[in-house]
Amino acid sequence: MSHKSLISSHEWDAIEKIVSDVNSGKITAIELVEKSLKLIEDSKEYNAIISVTEERAKKRAEEVDAKIKSGMNAGKLAGVPFIAKDNFLAFGGETTAASNILRGFEAPYQATAIEKLEAEGAILVAKANLDAFAHGGSTENSDFGTTLNPVDSTRVAGGSSGGSVASVTLGLAPFSLGTDTGGSVREPASFCGVVGYKPTYGLVSRYGVVAMASSTDVIGPIANTVEDVAYVLDVLAGRDSKDSTTIDRELSYVLSGSLQNTAHIAHRVGVVKEFLGDGVDKEVREVVQDAADQLKKSGVEIVEVSIPSIDLALACYYIIVPAEVSSNLSRYDGQRYGFSKPDAVELEDSYNESRAIGFNPENKRRIMIGTYVLSSGYYDAYYKKAALLRTKLINEVNKAFEKVDFLVGPVAPTIAPKVGENASDPLKMYLLDIMTVPVNLCGVPAISVPCGSAKGMPVGLQIIAPMRKDKELLEFAKYYEGVRK
Amino acid sequence: MKYKATIGIECHVQLSTKTKLFAGVDNDAREAEANTLISPLCVGLPGTLPVLNEKALELAIRAGIALNAKIAEYSKFDRKHYFYPDLPLGYQITQYDEPTILSGVVEAPLPSGGSVKVRVHHAHLEADAGKSTHPVGKNYSLVDLNRAGTPLIEIVSEPDMHTAEEAKAYARELYLLMKYAGVSDVNLFYGNMRFDVNVSVSATDELGTRTETKNINSFRAVEKVVEYEIARQIKELEAGNNIDQETRGWDDNAQKTFPQRSKENAHDYRYFPDPDLPPVVISSEVVEKERALMPTMPALLRTKFSELSIDSAKVEALLEEPTIAHELENIIDAHDINTAKMIANWYSGEIARLVGEEEITWDQVIGASARLIDLVAMIDGGLLSTTAAKDILKDLISSEKSAKEIAEEKDLMQVSDSGELEMIIMQVISENQKAANDIKAGEMKAIGFLVGQVMKASGGKANPGVVQDLLRQSLGL
Repeated sequence: MSHKSLISSHEWDAIEKIVSDVNSGKITAIELVEKSLKLIEDSKEYNAIISVTEERAKKRAEEVDAKIKSGMNAGKLAGVPFIAKDNFLAFGGETTAASNILRGFEAPYQATAIEKLEAEGAILVAKANLDAFAHGGSTENSDFGTTLNPVDSTRVAGGSSGGSVASVTLGLAPFSLGTDTGGSVREPASFCGVVGYKPTYGLVSRYGVVAMASSTDVIGPIANTVEDVAYVLDVLAGRDSKDSTTIDRELSYVLSGSLQNTAHIAHRVGVVKEFLGDGVDKEVREVVQDAADQLKKSGVEIVEVSIPSIDLALACYYIIVPAEVSSNLSRYDGQRYGFSKPDAVELEDSYNESRAIGFNPENKRRIMIGTYVLSSGYYDAYYKKAALLRTKLINEVNKAFEKVDFLVGPVAPTIAPKVGENASDPLKMYLLDIMTVPVNLCGVPAISVPCGSAKGMPVGLQIIAPMRKDKELLEFAKYYEGVRK
Repeated sequence: MKYKATIGIECHVQLSTKTKLFAGVDNDAREAEANTLISPLCVGLPGTLPVLNEKALELAIRAGIALNAKIAEYSKFDRKHYFYPDLPLGYQITQYDEPTILSGVVEAPLPSGGSVKVRVHHAHLEADAGKSTHPVGKNYSLVDLNRAGTPLIEIVSEPDMHTAEEAKAYARELYLLMKYAGVSDVNLFYGNMRFDVNVSVSATDELGTRTETKNINSFRAVEKVVEYEIARQIKELEAGNNIDQETRGWDDNAQKTFPQRSKENAHDYRYFPDPDLPPVVISSEVVEKERALMPTMPALLRTKFSELSIDSAKVEALLEEPTIAHELENIIDAHDINTAKMIANWYSGEIARLVGEEEITWDQVIGASARLIDLVAMIDGGLLSTTAAKDILKDLISSEKSAKEIAEEKDLMQVSDSGELEMIIMQVISENQKAANDIKAGEMKAIGFLVGQVMKASGGKANPGVVQDLLRQSLGL
């Protein structure tokens, strides 16, 4: 297949433009939905999508069109089709989290994020592939097959939000939703050449999203431009009475006008020294270094910043996150919903066999690591120590932000790996997360913005901001987009 | 050998919130059909998150104040993991090492005299599990999740009790404290309070191995469990056997404990802080505000009631009805001690009997307070005998009529008018010349006889004090 021809990022106008066209009657919601469904149908070979919500999507599109016809306000996202990672509970089909244990599960309620988007007229057209329960960085751990990279289909799209990201790269919809627990939005965005946003922890409600690790999970929008991502975040952000970890939002996240005044955008940006070491591929390092140079040339002061504990962040992450995973996956026990071993005799057998069959090897690996680090006798040595290290890392990152406005570095140490390249080596797979997990442990916002290519594959620039500086981060990322062009 | 028993009690108290601890669904599962009071969280659906019910926190603070405990400025929730069909999340949300209620102390009076002082180690907030039933002869079990997520506090005592009487007294005192704090319906039948009783015996200063008998739901059973376990453990030790550290159950029909789970099968609960719930921060202002809203608690009421010279069993019975106990307190504070004594005696005597027989309600008794006080004043003023007063209590409390109206209707008003009484007295003296002469001769005992005759002749309406005075006058004493 010819890859590049399928990159249809320009299938869609900017989201604001689409909405204005829908409102002015230039195009209808149903036309947009049908276009999206057609594109999905035509790109099946990439396996980006698990299921389509066609019937409900068309019905909702007709409602939006009817509203507009009668002169009513159809919302900030009137008629805009979108795709959600299949770990968002939504009506209109199944919610599987790409796991066999949830195959066939139909959500009786919707995630807050979906509700908010629908309230503004957006239309969910499909559910995207992911590593089962978001465990992975390539979608190779999906029980529904691997999502291929639209730029080079011999390579993975990345993960765990691989389906959501590939959907945007393939132009199946103007934007999609992913979740980012340790880099699951940013890493595939870097691999597939689109913009992936990880908001400050708590800025977007997690209610109704299948939990991976509660203390690091965030919901992030994926789109072609920073402006689109900001526009969607503006609808998603804010406190939710159903999620007690949510925080207050800014008045608006919508970016308007061009931002060329560097003094307003950023005084000083830090390049994280630990992010440009030997563990990072030379080509990737060069692309990121070039991006930093371009920023410098545009008038931004670039300094080197060291965050010593960042080297330990991956170890810390792979204790805390599996601990939470093992706990959050306890509810999938085959008793009330989801897969249940039909002929199990005793209760104990029902638990053991349902979970043994329902979970895949990577799920089980994380459950076992998590169970181990929380066990009495090991809790102090692992979980507690990791929690202390997390605090230390947060302090170091806060300290770095006393000197700089933003931190920059690569998103991942490599370009998208070949399909199967890391399949037999989980550790190598975990190493892909080395530069994204510190961000999740700290809760700070970060973005992946395309910054060039290496070996013909996209490379993303990761920009990280202090807690709650989402608006500033998005403004700076948009500024960078301008610098790059 | 002489054995010493050591007892500690864990008590689960169901908080009487409108909704569950972390979900906005009805908390009152008593009359509801199975699995109707449930939300996505109660069923453990994917994507659900707990949100702390602020009212439950407020009740926990009140419970803490009732336990004379410190309230933690900072506390948090943890997850306790185990698999069971009535635990939909696969973990219970509880407080493991930083509970909201810190150390406190409870002093419980003993029926045999004196009291037992029991330190409270801490009390923590947690969500209850659902209810499993195992129909006999069937190859299935049933799960009702209505109770899943109901807020509980678990009060953990220090091992400060040594007898069955002390254990029972402590359990009952917790019941009174929770009742007065207004944090629970304290209905033991519905399992609003459940006790886990830890017992060990030892012939030395070192503590013996303990057993924990779980889910006891009456004070009487707490007492029986302790008696049984002490006897059983001593017997085992005397026979040269070891005591197994185990969980036991109580068979109320057989009046025996029985083994349920040994320590080897103990779970590793893998506690860790629940990342879905931010820590709980409680300012001292909030605690003080709640403290100011607390009613007078049983300990202080006992002190206040001690001057009424009613026996302690009656005091304890009065304390079962907080509204009545507080009404009595108001009367003590606002009136003279004799008035309070008289009313206290009615409360714990005639009125308690009438309430028991469902002739009147405690609410009516409270509503009749002003009339009861008037009634005492009439006795003091010589207008009514104490016997007559007792006879009209029922009508007084159940109607709106005043004591005077009822007494007049029933023709029970005392005669203190000396003219009327003197006529009767002269009549009585003339009919009882011998007694009159005896009295004149200094045989004072006989005066009581004459008073009695006058009372009889007046049909019980004469004021005995006035009669005595007039008799003395007539006899020239």
